[in-house]
Amino acid sequence: MASIYYYRWRRTKNHIMAALCFASALIALIPLFLIFYYTMSKGLSSINWSFFTQMPKPAGETGGGMANALIGTGILIAIGSSIGLPVGILAGIYLSAHRTTLFSRIVRFLTEVLNGIPSIVIGVVAYILVVIPMKRFSALAGGVSLGILMIPLVTRTAEEMLNLIPQSYREASLGLGISRWKTTLFVILPAAFKGIFTGILLSIARAAGETAPLLFTALGNRFWSTQLDQPIASLTVFIYDYSKAPFDDWNRQAWAAALVLIVLVMLINIIFRIVTRKRYA
Amino acid sequence: MISSTEEEIPNITSDAAKSSSLSGLLKPGGKNLGDFIFENTTRLFAFLVLSLVLLMAYEMFTKSLPSINRFGWSFISSSTWDPVHDQFGALPFIFGTLFSSLIGLMIALPLSVGIAIFLSELCPQWLEHPVSLLVELLAAIPSIVYGLFGIFVMTPWLRDTVEPFLGDHLGFIPLFTGPPYGFGMLAAGLILSLMILPIIASISRDVMKAIPGSLREAAFALGATKWEAIKIVLSGSKSGILGATLLGLGRAVGETMAVTMVIGNRPSISFSLFDPGHTMASVLANEFTEATSELYTSSLIEIALLLFILTIVLNAAARFIVWSVTKKYQAEY
Amino acid sequence: MLNTSEDIKVDDETVRMRTENLNAFFGRTQALKNITIAIPKNKVLSIIGPSGCGKSTFLRCLNRMHEEIGGTIKGEIFLGSQDIMNLDPVNLRKKIGMIFQKPNPFPTMSVSDNVTAGLRLNGFRNKKKLQEIVEENLIKAALWDEVKDNLNQPGINLSGGQQQRLCIARTLAVNPEVILMDEPCSALDPISTAKIEELIKDLKKTFTIVIVTHNMQQAARVSAYTAFLYMGQLVEYGKTLNIFTRPGKKQTEDYVAGRFG
Repeated sequence: MASIYYYRWRRTKNHIMAALCFASALIALIPLFLIFYYTMSKGLSSINWSFFTQMPKPAGETGGGMANALIGTGILIAIGSSIGLPVGILAGIYLSAHRTTLFSRIVRFLTEVLNGIPSIVIGVVAYILVVIPMKRFSALAGGVSLGILMIPLVTRTAEEMLNLIPQSYREASLGLGISRWKTTLFVILPAAFKGIFTGILLSIARAAGETAPLLFTALGNRFWSTQLDQPIASLTVFIYDYSKAPFDDWNRQAWAAALVLIVLVMLINIIFRIVTRKRYA
Repeated sequence: MISSTEEEIPNITSDAAKSSSLSGLLKPGGKNLGDFIFENTTRLFAFLVLSLVLLMAYEMFTKSLPSINRFGWSFISSSTWDPVHDQFGALPFIFGTLFSSLIGLMIALPLSVGIAIFLSELCPQWLEHPVSLLVELLAAIPSIVYGLFGIFVMTPWLRDTVEPFLGDHLGFIPLFTGPPYGFGMLAAGLILSLMILPIIASISRDVMKAIPGSLREAAFALGATKWEAIKIVLSGSKSGILGATLLGLGRAVGETMAVTMVIGNRPSISFSLFDPGHTMASVLANEFTEATSELYTSSLIEIALLLFILTIVLNAAARFIVWSVTKKYQAEY
Repeated sequence: MLNTSEDIKVDDETVRMRTENLNAFFGRTQALKNITIAIPKNKVLSIIGPSGCGKSTFLRCLNRMHEEIGGTIKGEIFLGSQDIMNLDPVNLRKKIGMIFQKPNPFPTMSVSDNVTAGLRLNGFRNKKKLQEIVEENLIKAALWDEVKDNLNQPGINLSGGQQQRLCIARTLAVNPEVILMDEPCSALDPISTAKIEELIKDLKKTFTIVIVTHNMQQAARVSAYTAFLYMGQLVEYGKTLNIFTRPGKKQTEDYVAGRFG
């Protein structure tokens, strides 16, 4: 019963659905551009040299900057990396060397579990593990929470990048009478280095963008502090605090800080995609 | 039989003599000290990851015990959250988490599948990478920036345009009753949909691209239109898309900053999208530093524990589905 | 048991390595059955046979690489009078080098660093001596003239044939006695293949060479002795000339004539 009308309806339906799919893509990308647009337009005006170098001004006064927040984020990431990088890389090396054992499968599964745990829950864990014993909020607690967050990302990146290196390099190295650990450390790891490095950058970008776990670990600090056992300011908590404030000037500064954060994060993400795409070329 | 004279070369046999006295002790499998240390160091750190997860579960459980012992199951069924009188029931937050995530999912899912179809079946080669990249960039935007966008751009728009419109025209549905604050469930749901869209879309796209081209060719050979062929591809991708959805849901229930900045932070249960609410994640963000009593803190930690379990279950279910889908494909293709 | 097409006078032939009843397994699958072979010193032994007959597995038993990929070995393999199963494999491989089918210079190292990789990674530090070693072995591998002006370029910048000669130089630098080659020319063009065959003829004066090849003309050109493997078993072994002109077994004759394989 191939009537011409039914055929035309099928054709029309085809076009309608295609249009809908194309529309979904547009609808999804509109907010992306909106976010970039608003961040730029609302934040750019407050970006100047003093924004990066000055301390926050008392409530009600205009001006001031986020110098302490910038250094705070830097310190928190340094602490987090000192936990996340060694654990992640070494665990990743192990998982890459033992792909099918039961232990590896369990660890791999738990790494994925760790990856899926909300960052606020990780903040609670860091609170329990560091804030309670120390009886105070501290940069250390914040750094620990970021470190825990980074572990699954670094582990996965290290394992995947190592797996990409062809076995023949390992064979060639062993064939020369080089022991297994030297082969892994001095032949395979350097070959995977570029990929692992960009993966690490990505995990740092992710950690730098986190707010929730810092709220009750590092807390925040309106003053300059670089001490590990004291609360410390951070870029993200700065944005949060200043966005809630009733002062227009502070809201603008929140946008400015958000602009800085977004530019940083986007840059690293784009670098990551360029580097990893080259591998397939 | 070959008779052969073997030649002794001095250094190999003296080396051999040295190492064979040692290697009597070592396994012929060739493990020397360096390998032993390296192997076990990496094993130790892999074990560290395992113990970390177990430690987290253990610590959260023990610190929630005061609250568990005090409230038992009523913690999940009671909607009284009264810090002043030390009465804690988490139902409003559980409801808020599920309701907001559901809204987010209902908005994100059709859009994501549409995008996935577009990227996998419809769009020209040169367009695919840039669009994929842009979708994935959505995922890279930090939650706090979404929150900022939510507070200053989205909620005014909802308050002044969308919610009045919905209230005027659809106000008879309980979903759209109440004064339009802008802040509230709808705002949270919308923001969440933006955040989980990239996950569902990129996984669904990968799943659809993995379906062999021969399936589509067979459909065309039978006279199907493009859309009808896509429907066939979709039906084959169902489980993969389901897995992607669960992963997106897992992300949504854990989202904190963007949600807390737009949801209004009021622990009440309401079925209207315009009303403010609270989620498990947002109450933690708001009240953790204010917790004055041990019971208060313990109740909050119990909420964190519930969130922990919820996300593990969702992620495990998603992984299981993805695992069984790939097994099926390995068997069939 | 050995099968030969005629009595081999090996009394005047010194043997560098030999295997006795070598059996190799991958888990439960047996890849090699009771291989007993002698590898004469300073000669080229070629291993021929159809795909999957165990040639590469046999080669990898000789430097105990078979175990690195999870295999097991039963039987005896002798280097000189030492059973290598009692030796530390890492040290063993400094005496038995290997060239692979696909050239694999280390991607993060320059040409000269590739040559000295085996020495540097085992602690050798003397920079001056290392430079001499680079030149010496690149000359031995017939690559020096082509790269001497740019030793710092990445090893992977070279052409396929050059990369393979680089791998040979890298192996030579460790000063082995035996060199195992697993189809070293199958990924190369005919000109590079010819250059490497020339090199092999030169190298055998100093080293003992075992080459696995699926190219029978190559075996005929390059080797003095040939072993024919089929389904994990040694079918025939003898002087290359005899294997190709007067094979003792029908199977050998069929394979050499191209009736299967």
